[in-house]
Formats: sequence, C-alpha cells, structure tokens
Amino acid sequence: MSELLRQLISDGTLVRGVFETLYMTLLSTAIAYVLGLPLGILLNVTDKNGLKPIGWLNKTLGLIVNVLRSIPFIILMVAMLPVAKLIVGTSLGNKAMIVMLVIAAAPYIARMVESSLKEIDGGVIEAARSMGASDFQIITKVFLPEAKPSLIVGAVISTVTVLGYSAMAATIGGTGLGQIAVVYGYQRFKQDIIWISVVLIVIIVQAIQEAGTYLARKTDRRVRSDKKISKNKKFRKGD
Amino acid sequence: MIELKGVEKTYPSAFGEVTALKDIDLTISDGDVFGIIGLSGAGKSTLVRCINLLEQPTKGKILVDGEDLTTVKPKRLREIRRNIGMIFQGFNLLEQRTVENNVFFPLELAGVKRKDGEKRVNELLGIVGLSDRKKAYPSQLSGGQKQRVAIARALATSPKYLLCDEATSALDPATTSSILALLKKINAELGVTVIVITHEMKVIESICTKVAVIDNSRIAECGEVPEVFTDPKSDIAKQLILPDLIRSMKSEKGYKFRLVFSGETSDTPVISALALEKGVAVNIVYADTKNINGKIYGHLVFTLAGGKDEYETVKEFLTEKKINFATEGENE
Repeated sequence: MSELLRQLISDGTLVRGVFETLYMTLLSTAIAYVLGLPLGILLNVTDKNGLKPIGWLNKTLGLIVNVLRSIPFIILMVAMLPVAKLIVGTSLGNKAMIVMLVIAAAPYIARMVESSLKEIDGGVIEAARSMGASDFQIITKVFLPEAKPSLIVGAVISTVTVLGYSAMAATIGGTGLGQIAVVYGYQRFKQDIIWISVVLIVIIVQAIQEAGTYLARKTDRRVRSDKKISKNKKFRKGD
Repeated sequence: MIELKGVEKTYPSAFGEVTALKDIDLTISDGDVFGIIGLSGAGKSTLVRCINLLEQPTKGKILVDGEDLTTVKPKRLREIRRNIGMIFQGFNLLEQRTVENNVFFPLELAGVKRKDGEKRVNELLGIVGLSDRKKAYPSQLSGGQKQRVAIARALATSPKYLLCDEATSALDPATTSSILALLKKINAELGVTVIVITHEMKVIESICTKVAVIDNSRIAECGEVPEVFTDPKSDIAKQLILPDLIRSMKSEKGYKFRLVFSGETSDTPVISALALEKGVAVNIVYADTKNINGKIYGHLVFTLAGGKDEYETVKEFLTEKKINFATEGENE
C-alpha cells in the first residue's frame, strides 16, 4: 500500500469520495427522472399506436432524445458548459457536473420509461377505456402502477449509468471516486489508488443493483403469488 | 335499447381499404341476451367495440337509449360507457391490484371514495362467488375466477348493458358453463341486457334469446334463437348450426327428409309411427336435439330405402302429423 493511499484513507478523502459519488449520482438521477418520466410518458402517449397519437410532437421529442443520447458524454459535458453556467452559475465543480449528468440521463430515462410503458397489455388499456377512463386516468391509474416493477428496473439501470458518467467529474473539477482515481492514482502513478477506487465503485453498483432488483421483485404482484416462485432462480438472476 | 344504424367500418391498409363492417342494422332490446355469432375475421369483435365506441365507425349511428354515441362529447361518452360494462376473452385485469381493488377500479374512475365503494365491492364479489378471494392478486386465480372478477368489475357501476367479447373462449367446458350460468343469472336477476360475441353455437344455445349471424362483414341473419336454430336460412347460419347435418345431407343418396322439431313435437314417436302405421322403413343418417331455454329443438335426417311411392306416403304422413320438414329428391 502506497504512502499516499494510507494518507487518503486516514484523512478521510476516500470516504468523502464515496459520499460525493453517491450524492452526485443519486441527486442527478432523481432530477433526471423528474424530467425523463413525463418525457417518456409523452413519447409513449403520442406514438402512432399510443393513447393520443400526435405525429409531429412524437418525432420532435424523439429527435431531441436521440441527438442527446448519441453524443458521447465526455463531449456532451464540454459542449454543455455554457448551459451549466446559465443554470447553476458556474461551469466548474460538482454543481455543474450535476447539470451535465441530468442532461445526459434524462433522455436515457425517457426511453427507459417509454419501453416500460410499451410492455403494458393493450387489452388492459382497452378495458380501462371501456369503463370510462380518461387518457389522464389511464396514465396515472393503469400505466404507472402496472408498469411499476419495470420502471424500477429501468431506474436502477439509469442510476448505474449515471454513476459511470459521474466518474468523469474530474474533467471539470468535480470530486468523487473518479477524481480520486484520476488525480491521485493516474496522474501520480499510484496503481493501488486506481484499483481501490474501482473496487469501491463496483461495490456501490452492486449495492444499487441488488437493492433495486429486490424492490422491483417485492412490488411485483405477478410473482408475489407464492414464495416458491420468487425464490426460483429464474426470477433471482437477470434483469 | 341499443340501435346500430347503417354502421360501416373500414381500415386503411397497405392494399387499400379493408372493410370490417358493412350495412349493419341491429336493434338490441332491453332485457335480451343477444348473441352475435360468426367465424373468426367476420367482424364480430369490431362490431361489439363499435357499441361502446372503442372503435369509431366510419359511417352510421350507434344509438344507446336514443343518444348517438358518434356525436356526443368525450366527457359524455365516458359517462355513457359507465352504463355499458365489458368483459374480454383475455380478462384484462390489472395485475398489480388485488381482486377487490380491481372490482373497485371503475368506481375509482368515477370518483367514488374507497370507503363508500366498500359495500358495493363486497356485494359484487358475493354475486360472482369470490368473497373469500378479495385480497388475492389476479396471478393467484384460475381462468374462471379471473373472468368472475372481470364480470364483477364490469358490473361495478351498475350498467344497464354488458358486452361479452368471446368471454368464454379461453376457458374449459366446465368453466364455460359456470360463467354462462352466471351471465344468465345477471340477466335474470339484475335485469342487465347482455350482448354476447362468440364463435361457438353452444354459447348461443345455452343463454341467448336472440341471435345475429355475422359473415363477411355483414349481418347474414338475425332472429329469435329457436327460429334461427330450427330453420337457418343463410348458408353461414346453416354452416354454424348444422355442420354435420349439411355433410350428411350431401353424402347420402336417395330421397332425404329433414324433420325439424321446434319445441312441441319432439315427444311424438315419428319414426316408429311411420314404420308401424305406414310400413315404411327409414334409415336415420343424422339426429340432433338441443335444449334451448327448456324446450327441445332438433333436426332429424333420414333416407328412404324405397322409391317414389314411399316418398309420397311419407310426405303425406308428415303433413298430416303437422311436422315441419324439408325434402330432397333423388336427383337434387
């Protein structure tokens, strides 16, 4: 173990890095979800097979989402510096980083939500309609509750993606495990610091994934039926 | 009363317009159990969806108690839909809700508070016989139980009409019978007008009072069930009702008689009377009787061993006994 690593552990830098990474990831994902969820619903609803097909709106939103998703994050980050400055008053540090992460994650989440909603059986929507449900009621009382397990799984995947992006924070002076790996490990040739950062990130990803999968399974009434089924490896593995 | 007037439905497709319904005129009176039968692709599912406007007809009027659904405002349409329950082949229950919350769902949509709906939900679950499963989720139920929940749900807003789209097609024969009995009970005890879409004659026979036969996007025939059953006029009705009979009529040679029993005469021992009184021996090639609403209806086809003379004797005998029959000669 290098002297520097020992120092990072004893002065709390490493622990702070973990919390900074978690903070950035969770906050960015949460904000991105607030934007991505309605966007995803809109994409699904305005689709030509959706509740209210509006071609031009669907195409426009789809295009924006696709453009944002096709730009590599490292380039998107640099390109969006002025936007960050406009929103949070600075183009440096964690605050600016959160803006970048939200811009990158919201379109991703929108697509996730869109595909979760597509899984809902058309017959159920038809049944709700036959009972006099309005489009808004179908969204709030059929789409979201019925797609909940799938939405949770999507949210977990999004969170893990955002976590990966957050490691690039060092580029614009942000902090977290990514910065520790780059500044202390890579730039000072300390291999063990890079590895310890990687291990910590892997542990965080595992924790998020496990918690999310557990939550999705717990809330899904389709497999709740008997405990034997939910313990079956078919439902334990794979997401 | 539900009236369809000049209803037409076409879909655009890659090969031009596809006609799903054409010139549909139909009147469904209150209190009826009205059957709509046809082969797959005949347009019956589209037809039933036009009744609550899940499908917008291209032409024509849909009158529900005198109100034309094709011209009402969306809000009014949603109110009218609460008066027309619907059940489906695939049940279409909300998988993430318990049985009781599924039944409560239409009330929730109508803005009823949970505690005010409690009594109604329990009452409905009592009617369909699932009071003990109210906390279960749909994935824990059998097909028949799921359809019972769907029926309870469709009845939650106390509709005057109930549309059943192939409601028993996914169920086994025993479960089908119990669901049909339940629908009959709902019609008799709650006075709900039931409209049944099916491809099975058995369903029509066991619960319907009236039937419309739909073929190739049009209504081929419509009338009281015993009438259509004993004397089908259109080819499609004959094919649906008497598939074996048609085959037997075609395959046998010689003079053929088809006797029709329509409720009163089936107790008369016609064949033995023929043999004893007239000394004519007949060869029975087809016989089928069905119990429709407690009366016996059926067909009997026989051929004659003898020639023209015997043919005339039998004809005379049947006319005398006032038995409904049709004949087919040797060369026909």
